[in-house]
Amino acid sequence: MSDKKEMHVLSIYVENHAGVLSRISGLFTRRMYNIDSLSVGETENPKISRMTIVTHADENTFHQIQNQLAKLEDVKHICELHKETAVLREHVLIKVNAKDSASIMQMAEIFRANIVDVSRELLTLELTGGPSKIDAFINLMEQFQIEGLVRTGLTGLKRGTATEAEKAEHLKNN
Amino acid sequence: MQKNGADIIMECLLEQGVDTVFGYPGGTILNVYDAFYKYSHKIKHILTAHEQGAAHAADGYARSTGRVGVCFATSGPGATNLVTGIATAYMDSIPMIAVTCNVATNWLGRDTFQEIDIVGVTMPITKHNFLIKKAEDIAPIFRKAFKIAVSGRPGPVLIDITKDATAALAEYEKHIPEKIDNYKIESESSDFDKAVELIHNAERPLIYAGGGVIASGASDALHKFQKTIDSPLTLSLMALGAFPASDEAFTGMIGMHGTKVTSLAVKNCDLIIAVGARFSDRVICDPNTFARNAKVIHIDVDRAEINKNINTDAHIIGDAKAVLDELNKRLSKVNHDEWMAQIAEWKKEYPVQHKGREVFSPKVIIEEIKNAVGDDAYLVTDVGQHQIWSAQYYGVENPRHFVSSGGLGTMGFGLGAAIGVQAAHPENRVVNITGDGCFHMNLQELSTAAKEELPVIDVIMNNNVLGMVRQWQRLFYDERFSNTTLNKKTDYDKVAEGLGANGYTVRNVDELRAAVKSALDSKDKPSVINCIIHQDNTVLPMVPGGQSIEEPILEIEIPSDDNQSGKEDK
Repeated sequence: MSDKKEMHVLSIYVENHAGVLSRISGLFTRRMYNIDSLSVGETENPKISRMTIVTHADENTFHQIQNQLAKLEDVKHICELHKETAVLREHVLIKVNAKDSASIMQMAEIFRANIVDVSRELLTLELTGGPSKIDAFINLMEQFQIEGLVRTGLTGLKRGTATEAEKAEHLKNN
Repeated sequence: MQKNGADIIMECLLEQGVDTVFGYPGGTILNVYDAFYKYSHKIKHILTAHEQGAAHAADGYARSTGRVGVCFATSGPGATNLVTGIATAYMDSIPMIAVTCNVATNWLGRDTFQEIDIVGVTMPITKHNFLIKKAEDIAPIFRKAFKIAVSGRPGPVLIDITKDATAALAEYEKHIPEKIDNYKIESESSDFDKAVELIHNAERPLIYAGGGVIASGASDALHKFQKTIDSPLTLSLMALGAFPASDEAFTGMIGMHGTKVTSLAVKNCDLIIAVGARFSDRVICDPNTFARNAKVIHIDVDRAEINKNINTDAHIIGDAKAVLDELNKRLSKVNHDEWMAQIAEWKKEYPVQHKGREVFSPKVIIEEIKNAVGDDAYLVTDVGQHQIWSAQYYGVENPRHFVSSGGLGTMGFGLGAAIGVQAAHPENRVVNITGDGCFHMNLQELSTAAKEELPVIDVIMNNNVLGMVRQWQRLFYDERFSNTTLNKKTDYDKVAEGLGANGYTVRNVDELRAAVKSALDSKDKPSVINCIIHQDNTVLPMVPGGQSIEEPILEIEIPSDDNQSGKEDK
């Protein structure tokens, strides 16, 4: 088994009620698993939320993470998302100094970022994309003096019909 | 039918066949205690001296019966006092329901008097927990909680209920609980093929069984398995009793204080078959050298245990009994005469013996007690040297007859647990072996045993020190005995008598024999037998933390009493 730590994206169906987030994050904390990002929101079924967790782990630890998560009563289904077979997206909001607004707008156009707020001193931009695109954009914006930045963390869905099959299985189990 | 929340709780307990609970009342749980008053002819509530005692009693009840133990406590300090007991049950996978009440829903989250977020506190030490704010949720959640507690790998579940929910009315309809079928195998047939092949190719197999064998009631299947593959067998502390200690294939306990025979078997075996065991640090000591010459088959109900501490060559996920039955079907009889002869030779060479100069040794005490109470008796222990001596010398013959806090190592566990065991088995004798350190941690529960007329026999191995810690201080801290010499002024006989128990202090075998006889004659009163032993009895063999199980320490040199160089603190 490989000891090399690699990035993994987990998509987890959980019961949509109070305390679920602390159960999941608490498990990661007490078992010394790492969380790079975590995002959560309701699904088409209001009883179910879907969590996307990005973690860095070696192969054995990654198996452990999945097996320990599966033991939680509130966890209904777990799947791993691979960048080849899933759509992975992140959203970022960046507030930058507007001194050189022409250059900023030029860059925004290349990246297809939107300007969502404008004031005399500051511009706020939004961008959606894969993690490397977001990283590259942030990197470029640094030259204009970033005044504020927030990113949502990764979310994702499997491409094609895979999710439908999962959904059917998941509904069967409930 | 409309009932208030508290009555619904009682009905749910009755649905599950619960007839005995342990607990302590308080402000927010008043409605529930009013229901206990009403249902007192159907549900016996044993009032302990402290909520921790109630949690340990529920745990002892569960360990000795295999049924779910139930305890109750009020909000705030009542609930937090359960925490050690819940954690103890969690670490040893014991099915338990802890019910706490909380402040009224409109007062939640406002730092109300005796308010604690006990669901938050117990999240890491329960299999699952619930906060109920509506009376109509009580019945479905209780049913679910009992199911969770016993399904798959068992564990404790906490249910916190707001005070208003216990008063509110809701519809209640009696349900017959669905039968929990734990007799299941998750693994595929090919996993069995792999295991069977490894077993057939093994020349020197070793079976290592853990608490899962007891939890699944797999003792008979284990015995058959052992006979079929003609293998020596070792048990973890949690599994003592799962296989008769008197069987010649038994190599003794495994781990930090396992026998030399087991450590030789682990070192020399070419296949280790773990059944319902989790390769804890106290068993494997050093993961890099543990069973280094052996392939590993791991059988467990919990997939998350596979490859957690030890990498396996094959594994089967499922209930221990179900898996062993299936293996027994697939395996044909093999013989390992040479290997078994080698084990027998080692057993002769390294018998279980106590090293020390004293005549009145822990081994003598434990053997005396065993002879007096017989194999039907239940042996409970606290935590420390006396616990390991009990594990090594008692020779447990039957499953569920040895009750000890393994994973959490909870000092003060014994007496509370013994009360639970005795409440579950009024016809059997229950002995709690404790130390003078542990005794002081929960001695108030003697008053509970006395009031309930439970004839628990509390045997104190009184060496005037915290012996296990002292042993480590001797070995690894240059004999600086920091805060381990007790020098208490306690008059044990008076404490016993003061709390309603018989008290005996004994210094030799004759006195012990007389005290045990008198305690056994006492059928409705607990007894405390205070055995004065030497302070430097040691627990051996011993594998120092993190070192290889292959080379346990077999002897520790103790200077004579006149020649002690140890530095007692003032």
